[in-house]
Amino acid sequence: MMPESLRQALCSALISWADDELLLGHRDSEWTGLGPIIEADIALSSMAQDEMGHALAWYELAHSLGAPDPDRLVFERGPEAYRNATLLELPRGDWAFCLLRHYLFDMAEWVRLEAWRQIPWEPWSDLAERITREEKYHLLHDRTWLERLAFGTEESRHRLQGALIDLWPHALGLWEAPEGEDLLVQAGWITGSDQLQARWEAEVRAYLGGLGLQIPDVPPRAGGRYGRHTEHLAPLLEAMQLVYRSIPGAKW
Amino acid sequence: MTQAQLEARRLERFEARVARGEKVEPGDWMPEEYRFELARLIHNHANSEIMGALPEGSWIPYAPTLKRKMALTAKVQDEVGHGHLLYRVAETLGKSREQMLEELFSGKAKFSNVFHYPAETWADVGIIGWLIDGAAIVNQTMMAQGSYGPYSRALKRICAEESFHIKHGYDIVVSLATGTPEQRAMLQDALNRWWEPIMMFFGPSDKRSVHTEKLVRWRVKLKTNDEQRQEFLRKFVPKIWELGLSIPDPNLYIDEQGTVHYTEPDWDQFLTVVRGGGPMSQARLATRRLAWEENAWVREALALAEKRYADFPIA
Amino acid sequence: MARAGWKFNPYHHRIPEALERARHPVPPADTEWPVWEVFRQPERGEPHVHVGSVHAPDAQMALVLAKEQFSRREPCVQLWVVRAEAIFATPYEDADIFEPALDRTYRLAAGYKVRPRINQAASSSEEPSS
Repeated sequence: MMPESLRQALCSALISWADDELLLGHRDSEWTGLGPIIEADIALSSMAQDEMGHALAWYELAHSLGAPDPDRLVFERGPEAYRNATLLELPRGDWAFCLLRHYLFDMAEWVRLEAWRQIPWEPWSDLAERITREEKYHLLHDRTWLERLAFGTEESRHRLQGALIDLWPHALGLWEAPEGEDLLVQAGWITGSDQLQARWEAEVRAYLGGLGLQIPDVPPRAGGRYGRHTEHLAPLLEAMQLVYRSIPGAKW
Repeated sequence: MTQAQLEARRLERFEARVARGEKVEPGDWMPEEYRFELARLIHNHANSEIMGALPEGSWIPYAPTLKRKMALTAKVQDEVGHGHLLYRVAETLGKSREQMLEELFSGKAKFSNVFHYPAETWADVGIIGWLIDGAAIVNQTMMAQGSYGPYSRALKRICAEESFHIKHGYDIVVSLATGTPEQRAMLQDALNRWWEPIMMFFGPSDKRSVHTEKLVRWRVKLKTNDEQRQEFLRKFVPKIWELGLSIPDPNLYIDEQGTVHYTEPDWDQFLTVVRGGGPMSQARLATRRLAWEENAWVREALALAEKRYADFPIA
Repeated sequence: MARAGWKFNPYHHRIPEALERARHPVPPADTEWPVWEVFRQPERGEPHVHVGSVHAPDAQMALVLAKEQFSRREPCVQLWVVRAEAIFATPYEDADIFEPALDRTYRLAAGYKVRPRINQAASSSEEPSS
């Protein structure tokens, strides 16, 4: 029997991360059918499904700890109750923005999964293990694109640099510790966000620097993990929850 | 041998091959008319797949459960995937994919009548998946028996994926049919709006359709439009009734032989729609063009300067 | 009834702009990427089988794109991509070069029937000498 405070902290960590994955999947799926070339459209739709699938798996894990079921979490919370980093709620943007956001997130996920595979609770560490497999492809996909856009035309390089300026503070916000994280760190369950951030930053700074991109020197845009979001989340959720909320209690 | 004699011999051999049930492959000699008709048909089919991604794709953001959202994304992804396979097949007949897309945008090439209509509610997603993919599989299973090897190969894979689509659509429809009164009303409303476009899906009645005996002999076309429509109706009308839905055609009934009788659709309206006069024709084409043009910089950034085509790629 | 299909998607809500822009189409550019033939190996020990092709600017991108088009449902342990141009093929009109014209049974196992001869030899040696 796990103490209530620990249980709550675990749910909060899982739901924060699941919210990130859900919204990224949602933004990715906005490209479905409208990608820059047909092959790229297909590949990104797979990434969208993968991210939504990860979200579902993390929500289910939280549900097994007593949180509401996944659909209630997704469709019944308002923006103030969402715990995602603001990086994931930003509008779809262009292809450079999409791929760069993906890379920044996938790298963070990679670092986090590495730590989560050590968690002393099998359902969690197993899931981290399985999801790592999909992330391997995501990183290959992102890097293949970023390298070509960075060394493509003047325009593609310019767009990529512009996207990095817009994305960077929100990407730093990924590492805002979710509620109760200190408890989990003390209990020896997880590695703190600050340590993971250091690993992530070392990796992405070296990689993006290698692409010749300038990382802006700006503070993180935090608050997302505590429900303080940009103006972009409310309309996203309004769309996402429209049908679900249109007939209360209905099964779809 | 004169040129004319040579041509006649080639044609004879071509027809003998098709009559034996052998496939025609890229690089084979084929009558110009065969190439033209096939290229037009496959190009239109490819267009329909990627245009069909729009009405359904527009509902991905609204899908009312997380599993439905994943499944609908997968379904639309498959449609785009089918477009990809089919454009690759059409490319073996001479045109580049960019040319074909340009012809689609400019209205020179057509796409299926059903994708000229709006998808207004979530129930439309169910109806499209169940009945339109259900109609498509009747057509595509038939076409998989056609004479052109690359098309036939692509259709085998496409049909396998369509069975998932039909089941996915049916599952949505059954949820609504067995749901609240509002959900049932939403479903009936979607069926009412989609019935006529679906009845038109296989194209004009045999009485009007100019289907040449030659295309049948060349196995470009294997069944008439009315035969396909009948096959679809026999399969689906009982299932629609089973769910307690009513079909908005007062003249529709099934006789003792199982033949479905129905009101003949308005074929002039059909022609108006496929020529770009449907309620969503221009909006969808413009959207597709906008997405293509706005992302031109991506393709340019990665394009290589060298010549890029094998004359007869394997398809 | 929630009727909203076109409101939120980043392209769909831009239909008026799209319609306006469609009146001044950009002339088509030639940005088509080369074709790569794709071969999938379903499991170790099995052959790589041709499954289709993709347009891609280079080999790595071809692999990244082919993965989702050709192995999102099917099992796969390895993909190959080969530039379509690099494939040389015999013409179909010469397919008759593969058909044996004369007796080739001398190169087939079925072309050799030894059992009747052994049996025959055995039965003749068993006959009692007269």
